[in-house]
Amino acid sequence: MNVVEASGLGKRYGGTWALRECTLAIPAGHVAALVGPNGAGKTTLLNLAVGLAAPSAGAVTVLGGRPAGSPAALDGIGFVAQDTPLYKNLSVADMLHVTRNLNRRFDQPYAQARLAELGIPLKRKAGKLSGGQQAQLALTLALARRPRLLVLDEPVAMLDPIARHDFMALVLTATVDDGVSVLLSSHVLTELERVADYLILLSRGRVQMAGEVDDLLASHRVLTGPAAEAGRYAERPVVHVRRGEAQAHLLVRAGPDDPVPPGWEAHPVGLEELALAYLREPGAAALPGPARGQALPLDTGEPSEVTR
Amino acid sequence: MTALTMPARPEQDASLRPVPWRRMAWVTWRQHRFALAGVAALLGALAAWLWLEGLHAHHAYAVAADCHPASSGACGNLVGYFLTYVSTAQTIAIVLQAVPALIGAFVGAPVLAREMETGTFRYAWTQGFGRWRWTLAKLVPLAIAVAAAAGAFSVLFSWYYQPFLTQTVSFNFQVPLDSGLFDLRGVAFAAWTLAAFAIGALAGMLIRRVVTALAATLAVYTGLALAVGLYLREHYLTPLLVKNASPPASAWVIGQQWYARGGQPVSQSTLGQVLQTAPQLAGGKGGIPQDDPTVNQYLVQHGYTLWTTYQPGSRFWPFQWIEGGWLLALSVLLIAATVWLVRRRAA
Repeated sequence: MNVVEASGLGKRYGGTWALRECTLAIPAGHVAALVGPNGAGKTTLLNLAVGLAAPSAGAVTVLGGRPAGSPAALDGIGFVAQDTPLYKNLSVADMLHVTRNLNRRFDQPYAQARLAELGIPLKRKAGKLSGGQQAQLALTLALARRPRLLVLDEPVAMLDPIARHDFMALVLTATVDDGVSVLLSSHVLTELERVADYLILLSRGRVQMAGEVDDLLASHRVLTGPAAEAGRYAERPVVHVRRGEAQAHLLVRAGPDDPVPPGWEAHPVGLEELALAYLREPGAAALPGPARGQALPLDTGEPSEVTR
Repeated sequence: MTALTMPARPEQDASLRPVPWRRMAWVTWRQHRFALAGVAALLGALAAWLWLEGLHAHHAYAVAADCHPASSGACGNLVGYFLTYVSTAQTIAIVLQAVPALIGAFVGAPVLAREMETGTFRYAWTQGFGRWRWTLAKLVPLAIAVAAAAGAFSVLFSWYYQPFLTQTVSFNFQVPLDSGLFDLRGVAFAAWTLAAFAIGALAGMLIRRVVTALAATLAVYTGLALAVGLYLREHYLTPLLVKNASPPASAWVIGQQWYARGGQPVSQSTLGQVLQTAPQLAGGKGGIPQDDPTVNQYLVQHGYTLWTTYQPGSRFWPFQWIEGGWLLALSVLLIAATVWLVRRRAA
């Protein structure tokens, strides 16, 4: 089952496309990270998936074909919006009560136990909680609905490192214990390596790369060799070139068994490095299925990072 | 028995039944109880004032009306005493004109505007209840609550105002159809409150800012109420005409016009010139004294005809139902438009 499936999905605000021609299928059972620079369309894609926005083009379904925003879809998705909006004048207990009344399922004992663990008093007004506690409360509310898909929009952007760690720990527990699939957007790349096992890279309103992290890492390598020869390497699609004075680092789409040119060394690539490389080369694409990624000519003036 | 042997898959389970409506009732109450308490406090305070004033005014009226012989000086004093309550009654009537607008602005406008302003709609609209049902489950009970409160209040006001409308005590300063009074009695007050709430709700959804939506509600409501009072209400039913005579005392006079022998309307200045030829009359200063029987008689004798258009006082209830009816229809339309906007709005 795919938790999110989009085909030709597009969203236009006024004359600007916030997202266009987005086709992807996120299988269940993953923590999928939606990564991209600000304005890439992350929030738009999430809003479309949870039914807050209606598509201008194409279609999006969730949880195995349920139209986004339909009652059946809403029932199965727990969504925590950016900046975790809560009714600030309601107490934590009232927020639980409101959420319980607005949903078919609500696991009150779970929510109370989780809040007790986190040390969030039930009588406190939601607006008086710290930013980290508000995020934890919003996440608890979403999880207590026993969703099958948890959608988080920039969940940790506003949090300090400890709150960030605690928040992600709660997300991971839910995925392991309850089999919840997660789709989260973030521009904090360092968090992802630890939690995400599926990556969707958005750039300028389009899907640039999508796939399981393991597959993506296995199909990319960093080649290090003499800078002078960097331009001649054209056997496999090059995503990104990082040139030093003597050496150049090429991120190429190549498996571990692909031959390494003489005089060059191959290294595996990390998730953050991979994501950064693609983000720096918005023209490069790596999509699942028949490779749509094209070889990039190297000396065309494409931006490349020059290292010392 | 298939239900037992085959555990329902979540996909099927989800299409079973929606979250019951009644569960939203608590949410609506919990989130808007302070606004409703504000309405109760406002109307309660005004009701207490009306009740106290009303008891005194009713008593003074009863004493004056029972006095015999009515022409005696003692009775005149009692009438005079009763008339001291008139100015308070007029003040109250003016104050009450603002009540529906205030309820619409302070209860209606924030319902959606606050959600949009603080971003909590992203929470509310992604819960299992569903966003258009959520909107309906908020707006309809609140609309009914404020309309019912206003309706109950206007019953009290009608009782309070009764002495000031009767003609037994040798005076009559207002008729039931008068603009300042008509919309405070009968079903109109509740209907105007309902419409104000609906205007507020839609303004909140369109503007998405509490303070701006609140101000817009006050402005739109005031414009609508003025337009109806000044232009629309007199057209609910075809007005009656009376020639060269006064309409009944309870009538709401809409217009008077003098016509010459040939049937063409005559301007005030022409009439003034006519009156100047009659030095025994007080007129001749550019206009004519309104409703002066001697002047009117003089003009009629000289071949002019006075046509008065008016709505008879007996049309009070038909007018109430007409106004209540279209305001109810308007409110339903505005609330439906609000729900429609919520359904189609992109985040």
